[in-house]
Amino acid sequence: MLRIPCPYCGERNYTEFTYGGDANQARPANPATVSDTEWEAFLYRRGNPAGEHIEYWQHSFGCRQWLKVVRDTVTHDIVSMGGHGMEGGEKA
Amino acid sequence: MTRYSVFSLVRHALRGHRHWPQALPDVSPSERYDVVIVGAGGHGLAAAYYLARKHGITNVAVIDKGWLGGGNVARNTTIVRSNYFHPARRAFTEHALKLWEGLSQELNYNVMFSQRGIINLAHSSGQIDELARRGNAMSVSGVVTELLSVEQIRERVPLLDTSPDARFPIKGGMIQHRAGTARHDAVAWGYARAAAKLGVHIIQNCEVTGIARSNGKVVGVETSRGKIGAARVALAAAGGSSRLAEMVGLRLPLENHLLQACVTEPVKPVLDSVVTHGVHNFYISQTDKGELVLGGDLDGYNNSTSVGDLPPLEAMVRTCLTLFPSLGQLRLMRSWGGVVDMSMDGSPILSKTSVDGLYINAGWCYGGFKATPAAGDVLAELIATDRTPELAKPFTLDRFASGRVVAEEGHGPRPWMYH
Repeated sequence: MLRIPCPYCGERNYTEFTYGGDANQARPANPATVSDTEWEAFLYRRGNPAGEHIEYWQHSFGCRQWLKVVRDTVTHDIVSMGGHGMEGGEKA
Repeated sequence: MTRYSVFSLVRHALRGHRHWPQALPDVSPSERYDVVIVGAGGHGLAAAYYLARKHGITNVAVIDKGWLGGGNVARNTTIVRSNYFHPARRAFTEHALKLWEGLSQELNYNVMFSQRGIINLAHSSGQIDELARRGNAMSVSGVVTELLSVEQIRERVPLLDTSPDARFPIKGGMIQHRAGTARHDAVAWGYARAAAKLGVHIIQNCEVTGIARSNGKVVGVETSRGKIGAARVALAAAGGSSRLAEMVGLRLPLENHLLQACVTEPVKPVLDSVVTHGVHNFYISQTDKGELVLGGDLDGYNNSTSVGDLPPLEAMVRTCLTLFPSLGQLRLMRSWGGVVDMSMDGSPILSKTSVDGLYINAGWCYGGFKATPAAGDVLAELIATDRTPELAKPFTLDRFASGRVVAEEGHGPRPWMYH
């Protein structure tokens, strides 16, 4: 079972969380001026790594905070995590 | 290679089945091919077969980092159907279904295609309306379906709990009679043998480490077994697609997720159609050996391994037992997972790329197996003619920039939500 160490509630089963997907997609600062290709890159194209993946999880059945988690998609080790606003996450 | 027939079967039976020749020749990669297909799964092998048979291009290699049919072609729940609402998806899978119908004869390999029908269950009047809408849309384009009453469902699938006090009372359903199942590894082996017979090289344990280009055009692949020259390269590697495309600097609209399935111990025939339950995304059928094959939902987070979590399996079994309470007596024999390349709109990508001579067939999500013959046929035409075939036009890579996405379910760019 994937276990996620919520910085507010402690380590919990992943079934308490809602997955929010890739957190590595930088939204263009001014969407009105970007080209279709740039918008597509933000909206649809993914790194899809076999390794460290930065992703969002919401602790739906806990504190309800959105968290940024760095997880390895091969070993499922949580490399680091932090609150939503934290750039790249912090060491758990 | 010998042709299989009832006579060869009898001859070998009399000799105790000890002298069957090797099914497929072992070959080493040549220096150069006209076409190299990366991925010896159902789609890659089928494409090689149709390239040779329909387009006369026989100097073809199918290379795989593992063994033939070791990926999703042998990990799915073997269901074949074409009951899609979206015209583009329906046209593609219907083309596949027509090819499935003659496949065993064509390949001289029994793929055990069994058109036992697929029943979609409805548990509310809203769901019945949705099935009627889908069924009507399908019937208009010649893909026949039939709405079923609870009584008809009870008659066809007596093991289902159709009582009004069931946890999820069944209100009706829809059946596509021509849908069914096929023996999945026979599909890989059948296409492999038929392609090899026409001169295609099938090279296993040969991992692609780079894609060689010259002046923006593909010239071959670098592999763990040396360089292989090729004027055209097609990627048909499912979960490996993103890594391969990365080699030419291409980021794909794909994410790898894990889909699990399991089988019970074999029992006498108890279920002669495929039954699906969309509410919790559950599907079940019985194999010719008697095992019940259960399929469910994605694990729900990006996963690049074929090892999954227990909760999705528990959910699958829980759903199974609410629908079929008597199956609680059975033991599960084994479970497994397959890495599915989920696309951003839940539909496949069959397309040219920005690199001349590089073609991609990926993003088949849950639905790769049923489409195997058509994916092979269309990919072969794409490679042979360098023009996008009619059936592939809705599925080109540029649809994500133009906004012309093909979303049967419409969940937006959240691949783990698609089925």
